[in-house]
Amino acid sequence: MQTDNKFKNNKIHKAFMNHNGKAFIAFLTAGDPDADSTVKYVLEMERAGADLVEIGIPFSDPTAEGVVIQDANIRALKGGMTTDGAFEIVRRIREVSQIPLCFMTYCNPVFHYGYDRFFTRCEELGVDGIIIPDLPYEEKAEMEEPASAHGVAVISMIAPTSEARIQTTAKEAKGFIYVVSSMGVTGVRSEIKTDLKSIVESIREVTDVPCAIGFGISTPEQAKKMAEISDGSIVGSAIVKIIAAKGANAAEDLYNYVKSMKDAIKEA
Amino acid sequence: MSKGRYGIHGGQYISETLMNELIRLEEAYEHYKKDPEFNAELQKLFNEYAGRPSLLYYADKMTKDLGGAKIYLKREDLNHTGSHKINNVLGQALLAKKMGKTRLIAETGAGQHGVATATAAALLGMECEIFMGKEDTDRQALNVYRMELLGAKVHPVTSGTMTLKDAVNETMREWTNRVNDTHYCLGSVMGPHPFPMIVRDFQSVISKEMKEQILKAEGKLPAAVIACVGGGSNAMGAFYNFIEDKEVKLIGCEAAGKGVDTALTAATIATGSLGIFHGMKSYFCQDEYGQIAPVYSISAGLDYPGIGPEHAYLHDIGRAQYVPVTDDEAVDAFEYLARTEGIICAIESAHAVAHALKIAKDFGKDESIIINISGRGDKDVAAIARYRGVDIHD
Repeated sequence: MQTDNKFKNNKIHKAFMNHNGKAFIAFLTAGDPDADSTVKYVLEMERAGADLVEIGIPFSDPTAEGVVIQDANIRALKGGMTTDGAFEIVRRIREVSQIPLCFMTYCNPVFHYGYDRFFTRCEELGVDGIIIPDLPYEEKAEMEEPASAHGVAVISMIAPTSEARIQTTAKEAKGFIYVVSSMGVTGVRSEIKTDLKSIVESIREVTDVPCAIGFGISTPEQAKKMAEISDGSIVGSAIVKIIAAKGANAAEDLYNYVKSMKDAIKEA
Repeated sequence: MSKGRYGIHGGQYISETLMNELIRLEEAYEHYKKDPEFNAELQKLFNEYAGRPSLLYYADKMTKDLGGAKIYLKREDLNHTGSHKINNVLGQALLAKKMGKTRLIAETGAGQHGVATATAAALLGMECEIFMGKEDTDRQALNVYRMELLGAKVHPVTSGTMTLKDAVNETMREWTNRVNDTHYCLGSVMGPHPFPMIVRDFQSVISKEMKEQILKAEGKLPAAVIACVGGGSNAMGAFYNFIEDKEVKLIGCEAAGKGVDTALTAATIATGSLGIFHGMKSYFCQDEYGQIAPVYSISAGLDYPGIGPEHAYLHDIGRAQYVPVTDDEAVDAFEYLARTEGIICAIESAHAVAHALKIAKDFGKDESIIINISGRGDKDVAAIARYRGVDIHD
């Protein structure tokens, strides 16, 4: 996609160019516990070594999320966070940082905002990608056309159940591929049993787009292992748990946690 | 590429983890719906277990009292388990069994769909887990116990607004967790394709029977068919075989709660807007940022912020009309039907009765209207008593 002119300013590939090419991707929810904290935490996680940050635009009914991120959505919405509020957070981050950024949310907030209006804002502010768990391959066209027109990558997801869909999906993937490690919703898991290696191999047969693994990853050991078989690890619930516990005073804990994860990935 | 469209509505907006399962479900359904053995088995369950065909009852006293159209009641309340929900559940449970599934999961609002699912699971020897909003397990405690008697495990859902939409969220999450041996027995004409089609087809037995029965009784089609609409399964079933009969008015009654000009409403067509949620594009009650609105109705079965995609389409093309009915009107109609015809209907169905009370006199005495009595009202008696300020125990 680097050859595609509309994507000339897209920064996602840069996340996979540091150190050994393995990325640490961090997720947090916009406005949890407030907008100032989100801005601060994104910058703090960048300082600790995060290569890409996914900012969740809260949704009332996050059906792909486990309890930890569901609760973060509720806290953020109760605190008054909105789609415009999330854009404002990105604007403030972009004053000081060029870290690759993706939004993660559900179809409805984007649809309701208006696809063209939404992706125009993304382009203006430098949001590089969007992850939508309720937008499978079959339905992606309606969002991908306006997103691509504004240089925003719609991230494809591949799950343990994808089978023959792995390559169909991977062939058209942009930005990076989000490999879902396990069945079920987001949340910390003690063990990941899926044969991710063969999924990644199947992806590699058809595309060079990097793939990162998410869902259930919380420890440095897991992060390292996942980065060894793919191009990176994605961590959400473990980060959101720290924010849930420390509220507006989570910066130091987040720095230490992200650094430990990034250090582990560097060894992958 | 996108399947299951009704105009711009419908589709499959669902997580990748579930996509192959939806494809398998569609393939299995397309196969079995043409299989004579499957259809014979289902018909046998309908006739010998669920008590079909359900009666089409001529409500003579109501007709005379209202002084207009002849009023007919389609008695889905007389089905086994007390509502139309059993039609869809027997179909889906049998299909799931053919697919090799051993476990059924389902959401429920009022508890009718949960009870029907638990019943089918008991009958077909399958495991069953039901997700029900905590607020609904409180207001429908008797149905919780019924499901447990039938061998189901009931999970009170404490996320979000703790009602039907949250029960759907939680059932979807559970299905993503465990899909290999589990079928999500979705209870309405909603969700991702192929559910709106499958549920409609299994419920369409209602209008198939209605048509035969009314032609036998009146020698002509009804002037109108009236049904309540939450997600819209009983209405879709009651409308489906009349869609091509343009002279038959199709009227869906939405739960207006305290009124469509208040925040305490669940009337999606009247107050909602286009969106994407629970696997489908359709109309939803939502705020300016697309957050799904907390909805309200006295009826737990209509307390849903969306409407099935085929209803949204019938609304768009003007083939069906959707009207709001308030709590007050529904409770009045609930009492009216009990006093006038000796039938205690579900508070959901009372929304349809309420609209019939308003429009019956607009029709000629040679015309007929059919009200779909989607369920019986035993479950609602305590709540209606409370609504009237009478303190009784459940």
